[in-house]
Amino acid sequence: MTAVGTVAPEAPPRPGAGAPRPYHFPHFERRALPNGLRLVVAPVHRLPLVSVVVVVDAGAASDPAGQEGLAVLTARALVEGTATMDAVALVERVERLGSALDSGADWDAAVVSLTALAPKLAEAFEVLADVLVRPAFPVREVDRLKGERLAELLHLRSEPRGLAEEAFARAVYAGGSRYARAEAGGEASVAALTEADVRAFHAARYHPAAATVVVAGDVTADEAEALVARTLGTWGGPAAPAPAPVDAPGSATRRVHLVPKADAAQSEVRLGHVGVPRDTPDYFPLLVMNSILGGLFNSRVNMNLRERHGYTYGARSGFDWRRAAGPFSVESAVASDVTVAAAKEMLIEIDRVREESVGDDELSLATSYLDGVFPIRYETTAAIASALASAVVYGLPDDYFDAYRERVRGVTAEDVRRVAREHLRPEALQLLVVGDPAAVQGPLEALGFGPLVVHDVDAVVR
Amino acid sequence: MPSAEIPTLDIPLETYTLPNGLRVTLSEDHSAPVVAVNLWYHVGSANERAGRTGFAHLFEHMLFQGSANVGANEHFELVQRAGGTLNGSTWLDRTNYFETVPSNQLALALWLEADRMARLLPAMTQDKLDTQRDVVKNERRWSMDNQPYGTWWERLPALAYPEGHPFHHSLIGSMTDLDAASLDDVRQFFATYYTPDNAVLTVAGDFESGEAKRLIEELYGPIPRGVGRPPLPPMELPATFGRTLREEVADDVQLPRVLLAFRIPPFGTEAHYVAEMAAAVLGVRQGSRLVRALVREQQVASDVHAFTYDLPKGADLLVVDAVARPGVSAAQLEAAVAAEVERMRAGGVTAEELERARALVESGFVVALQSAGDRADQISRFACYFGDPSLVNAQVARYQAVTAEQVTAFAREQLSEDNRAYLVYVPRDGADAVSDADVEAEVLATRALGTTVAGEVAA
Repeated sequence: MTAVGTVAPEAPPRPGAGAPRPYHFPHFERRALPNGLRLVVAPVHRLPLVSVVVVVDAGAASDPAGQEGLAVLTARALVEGTATMDAVALVERVERLGSALDSGADWDAAVVSLTALAPKLAEAFEVLADVLVRPAFPVREVDRLKGERLAELLHLRSEPRGLAEEAFARAVYAGGSRYARAEAGGEASVAALTEADVRAFHAARYHPAAATVVVAGDVTADEAEALVARTLGTWGGPAAPAPAPVDAPGSATRRVHLVPKADAAQSEVRLGHVGVPRDTPDYFPLLVMNSILGGLFNSRVNMNLRERHGYTYGARSGFDWRRAAGPFSVESAVASDVTVAAAKEMLIEIDRVREESVGDDELSLATSYLDGVFPIRYETTAAIASALASAVVYGLPDDYFDAYRERVRGVTAEDVRRVAREHLRPEALQLLVVGDPAAVQGPLEALGFGPLVVHDVDAVVR
Repeated sequence: MPSAEIPTLDIPLETYTLPNGLRVTLSEDHSAPVVAVNLWYHVGSANERAGRTGFAHLFEHMLFQGSANVGANEHFELVQRAGGTLNGSTWLDRTNYFETVPSNQLALALWLEADRMARLLPAMTQDKLDTQRDVVKNERRWSMDNQPYGTWWERLPALAYPEGHPFHHSLIGSMTDLDAASLDDVRQFFATYYTPDNAVLTVAGDFESGEAKRLIEELYGPIPRGVGRPPLPPMELPATFGRTLREEVADDVQLPRVLLAFRIPPFGTEAHYVAEMAAAVLGVRQGSRLVRALVREQQVASDVHAFTYDLPKGADLLVVDAVARPGVSAAQLEAAVAAEVERMRAGGVTAEELERARALVESGFVVALQSAGDRADQISRFACYFGDPSLVNAQVARYQAVTAEQVTAFAREQLSEDNRAYLVYVPRDGADAVSDADVEAEVLATRALGTTVAGEVAA
């Protein structure tokens, strides 16, 4: 049917799959140094490239009460200079090697990462070792980073997506839970942090027994061990174990939470509750269940809200996997006038995955996707290093990657229904909307979902 | 020279053209059982006519709504069921579609792309068009209207390219124009641009060349050639804007933001490599001049970076993007940015500065070679824009050949006051404050540094 009237050719039949080629997650070795520092090395000799990820048990979940943001500030400040190099000299040295050195913290770990060309690895790693063990924490730079975090929080007031995430955390968790506050801290706690706090946190929490160096790429296990021993072998210090994170839920019953944003062009919608810790024995069935509910493009939530109704550019669901129970949520950004209609569809999908058994088609789509995409996830050294670092942080067994695909394939429709019934709790759902109150407040009150709580933006970023 | 230690990395390439004009490039690499299929159609928002802005992108959405032998959204389902990843994106002068699949699923990915290239129209309905129109409207709200500064990538080209120039109008389009789009427009657009002679096909990764050629011949060989695309209006522009352009936007933001664009020669020209090196010295990564001066020393910005758009026709843009710290006014931030630009114009750059930029380019290139999907997309870029995929292997050498003298001369000629376009965001209530979260989709940096271009709109 082209413009010149030529008829499009008949299609050959849809092809089947050929025989799959075998794939194994890269072989890796574990080593330990006398000072307690652990090492995981995955030699991958494809390109002259090496990725390093160091994880330290000093994540945001372990912030001392009232000092929320300290773990992130400390991790970010690591690269701001050492005993021998100021911040500018340090950056110069790393970038002139063509390398990138980054540091930060998530809920469960402080992370220092590096990607370098293999011939430059040793030199770049020396800088990494230096920032890990001998950071200078100059007052001026720590104050600058504090200022940058406060600027982020100021920006958040106008940024509906980030605002929704922070407000949802407050809606879902008890006030005393660290998870109720932002990973990088709020205005009050960050403003109170000092360079002395950073120094003390580093001294208490960064030590070899709490750290693992993960190396993936064009290097052998012996070479990596020699390099780490030479640069970090004399690192010492007392070990203060990180406190366990608190994941206590807030309201046990349904509530509607509104963060008013006058004239918002859309509503950001979140529906969920406290989820499940990463070490749950139900991890694989939950992964498959969530793929069906809202993890894939063809998932129920996206097909319903985007393709059937045209309410949104995209809708998804997910478990935020952490050491303790991170949030579960269904989320989307929808046109203001369909905010309540969209929330109702989300509720319908949560109920449906709990009540009805999933069909073979949906189940096999999810399992064959997760099974087949596995090798595609690990094409880069950075992805391999990051996966191994996660395995360290969450204490996953050594055969985790080799067993992954079989575990996924083994999930049944009955497993999916069981974990949906057990871990999705409709009675505890919190519905949060960041949107235009003139358009959404009335309909939300009329929804009959639960009492409406209006959250002040100031309180969310504080 | 540090680069002497780095082995030369050449991507293997085999290139040929089918009788119907489809240009094919194969790049074998058996290190992982993964293969990428990547198609670039040489059409983007630049090819739209007045009153139909946003259509190239809306059409990209329609390409996932099925074809003669594929149901609506079945393309997504089949690829994911095969264990693959996929998407598409629209840019000013091209639209791409790509899948990465386990290598035993190559035939499926090629078949799916062929079915929509040959037989899209039987599956199109008014209902599908109406739904995707709503989806795109929500995409616009999500990515632009409900985001602080979200309109920048619509406003900046509008400011920097003259009215009527193909790069002037909005990529995602106006809501009014989207409403006007009809099924007949879909048919016309497909017949005009979605033809084998207006596309390049790249296959990269784990496959056997003979088998791939056989499949491509069988699936794509019979698709008839198009009637030729209408020529674009003249794209040529003077070397500079000729004056300082300025637009100030009062927006729902907390902190001022300054985007400063310079007109530069098109992507692919010798001069463009020089411009990219200038951008790297000025504002790529922590060691760049702007970050050191504005973020560290003066602390007037919380984030600043430089990038190029990489448009291969007419003229490209080099952009500096800075977000103010709280308490810093738009005027202060703008003055600080301008002062650094002036310093580079007056004093030029040093060999040491260029060395840092070179090292980052070199390692960025190796990093970008790792995944089959990235390799395929780079190959398609050079095949589509310049008809020569082997240019991908010449990139590092071309960056390495740039000298400090060339960058110094570039700064003198192209960073002058008569070649600046300022797009300045200020808080609507007039209270000047500052910062920027790490907005992934808004960071557009030098491609050579292994970063992605923002403003590309995905399906």
